[in-house]
Amino acid sequence: MTAAAVMSAPPTTAPSRLLMSGNEAVARAVWEAGVRVAAAYPGTPATEMLECVAGYREIYAEWSVNEKVSLEVAFGAAMAGSRSFCAMKHVGMNVASDALMTMTLTGVAGGLVIAIADDVGLSSSQNEQDSRFWGRFAHVPVLEPADSQEAHDFTLAAFALSERFETPVILRLTTRICHVKGLVSVGERSERPVAGFTKDVGRWVMVPSAAGRRLPLMFDRERRLRAEAEISELNIVEPGSDRRVGFVASGPAYMHVRESFPNAPVFKLGFSFPLPFDSLRQFASQCDRLVVVEEVEPLIETELKAQGMHVSGKDILPLSGELSPQVLKPAVARLLGEALPELAGTAPMPVFPRPPTMCVACPHLGVYYTLSQLRNVTISGDIGCYTLGFGQPWNALDACISMGASMGMALGLDKGRSDAEKDKKIVAVIGDSTFLHMGMQGLLDIVYNRGNVTVLLLDNRAVGMTGGQDNPGSGRDIHGSDAPRIDFARLVKALGVREERVHVVNAYELPVLLRTLRDETRIPEPSVIITSQPCVLIKDYHALKPFTVVESKCTGCGNCIDVGCPAIHVTRRDRVKKASGKEVDLAFVRIESTACTGCGLCLKPCAPDAIVPVDTLAMPIKVVRKSAALAQTP
Amino acid sequence: MPETNKFDTTNILVVGTGGQGVMTATEILAEAAIALGHDVKKTEVAGMAQRGGVVSSHLRFGTKVLSPQITPGSADVLLGFEAAEAMRWRHMLRPDGLVLMNTGRLVPPVVELGLYDYPDDPVATMRAAGTRVFAFDASAIASELGDLRLGNTVMLGAIADHLPFPAEVLESCILKRFARKKAEIVELNRQAFAAGRMAAQEAAKTAAEAA
Repeated sequence: MTAAAVMSAPPTTAPSRLLMSGNEAVARAVWEAGVRVAAAYPGTPATEMLECVAGYREIYAEWSVNEKVSLEVAFGAAMAGSRSFCAMKHVGMNVASDALMTMTLTGVAGGLVIAIADDVGLSSSQNEQDSRFWGRFAHVPVLEPADSQEAHDFTLAAFALSERFETPVILRLTTRICHVKGLVSVGERSERPVAGFTKDVGRWVMVPSAAGRRLPLMFDRERRLRAEAEISELNIVEPGSDRRVGFVASGPAYMHVRESFPNAPVFKLGFSFPLPFDSLRQFASQCDRLVVVEEVEPLIETELKAQGMHVSGKDILPLSGELSPQVLKPAVARLLGEALPELAGTAPMPVFPRPPTMCVACPHLGVYYTLSQLRNVTISGDIGCYTLGFGQPWNALDACISMGASMGMALGLDKGRSDAEKDKKIVAVIGDSTFLHMGMQGLLDIVYNRGNVTVLLLDNRAVGMTGGQDNPGSGRDIHGSDAPRIDFARLVKALGVREERVHVVNAYELPVLLRTLRDETRIPEPSVIITSQPCVLIKDYHALKPFTVVESKCTGCGNCIDVGCPAIHVTRRDRVKKASGKEVDLAFVRIESTACTGCGLCLKPCAPDAIVPVDTLAMPIKVVRKSAALAQTP
Repeated sequence: MPETNKFDTTNILVVGTGGQGVMTATEILAEAAIALGHDVKKTEVAGMAQRGGVVSSHLRFGTKVLSPQITPGSADVLLGFEAAEAMRWRHMLRPDGLVLMNTGRLVPPVVELGLYDYPDDPVATMRAAGTRVFAFDASAIASELGDLRLGNTVMLGAIADHLPFPAEVLESCILKRFARKKAEIVELNRQAFAAGRMAAQEAAKTAAEAA
């Protein structure tokens, strides 16, 4: 996916069954539900929901600067009586929860649905969280679809529920909903009248006295919602002939249960909070024993146990990761004292790991190559492609926890340093979008509290890791249209960094970058170095003439490999004894010219000048930009 | 095509590295299955795939598909876009399943840095372990046709004779994607599809002789 690419929304008058991911199905239902305002900050696996919503012209859609703002925007629209939608990945709700915890008291006027996508199995996240907790914490209902069709249908149901009970509703998704494609029957959009904002300070102004009066209303709402869950069509009992084990399952775990145990009774929870205890108790009475299959925390299990029910769950199933058939079958066999099902297939063959890498010509390559040359330094990192700087060959990032944390952690590393680390340099590395999301306040804190931190602000004009989405630093909105563009140098000066301590450096000018970093880390006050080249995956990036290696000139020093560019390949290795008697490993290289985009980073460390521009006319095949080999069909 | 499994579900695993077009190819296979009236589920373990990491895309189709994931030992066909990646996922294949693979290699930086070795001969290693492998150089075929991006059409051509439906259905799904492009591009993809089909047929003969 390239920059600013709003995914083309499926045709609005179309064949009734479409192949859709869960994210696309939710977006379609958001459109059908008559939603007028939708907001999000990109995050895997949730990103495509807003990308797709933005393709429907009837809906105002925005990339917000962070999840908290996106939820506040959606809430504001719901106060005004519009149906509104907000999407985020699981960690996004950590940021947005301050708003959630009080909007549950006010409730909403127009329907408000919050889709939270949990990255079960951590395919692209810093932790694994169970967002169903937020339903319990904020006393709002949680719906859990199990496939794309349900993602669509439950979204519509969530809006109806939201307006009927005047509450925000959490639509809880996981990677295995968001990124699974299946056939979906869709409908058409129905426009809804918008009531407008009704002034009511007792409801919308949450001062202590007013909030105190709303608390009993919230608890009463939860009681009524539990009664609703008892009769909801989103909860289904599937009788089975093999009653030795009955299963209670929600979300994609239901599909794995159904596939693994085709004859077992299953209570499929779609409306999974508040739990319909009476119905569940009745179901339990029809089975010899009950197993709760939920991803990932034992929430349903714990609540059923608190009701005095005897259930199994995380005593036989893992506490993290996906509960696929290969996990479920042996666990249940053990519970029943049966022979373990025969393991199909064979053991995996050992193959080298293939961790994600930075792209060919990525402007971060030069930054990390430079950072890897600094000594006596601790590098506080952040969330984005540049987190990859912790790995080979750079080993130049020492910590990363959450969005924007590089700033505060760096200040803490500075203030908490040991006597032995008196001269240690503290560097913080953060991307443009992460800085605007949650990093600005941290820098303000560094300035205000006189921290000795050098900040590298990697401005590549995109939210790179999630596919190059726009942000206030890119100068484009969610539709790719021109938008006000933040000036990072002016911004950090306004936050109090002294003018002399702010530098804008071309990320490909390695000597300048190294000199600036060395100088600034020597000066005991906050400084900011902004690197300024665009992400290679967005349209702002322009490829240059590729390079090649003159074989006869390559001395095998291997310095260019340390840049970490995936277009550089070793052709042969050797080991020689130097005059000093020291043995040295040699690696002779070539450049994959069809992948190279001519950034020139590898020229800098090449002493013998063995790397030269390729004569593109002589190249046998068309140059493919952006990827190393077999690239995508359109 | 091996006999279908007891669930009447066909399991196809498409593997490669980020940027090779694995997900697009699987999507086209899904469209072909839908065109024939199958229920379909397609899912990826992609993670940070855009960054050159490992990508495996699961396609399941049949009368009714429940779990979207192929369990280890149950893939009917493994379509490998890269040699080592085919080897990495071989355990997903059912014992009598088929590997269709590109012998082209994409060597990652961790191997170039000397931290790990690339397997000497993935095809021979898999065959020695009793796996049926049809191998061909899809990267070279795409290069000869003048554009590396044709690689995934070559791979789709290769699997075309190993699906429970006619090759022409798949071919028309591919060409439909390019319908609005220049006639030249449609023609190139038609050639790539045919070349991939022929390459897999040749590879089948070679494999039969080797066995």
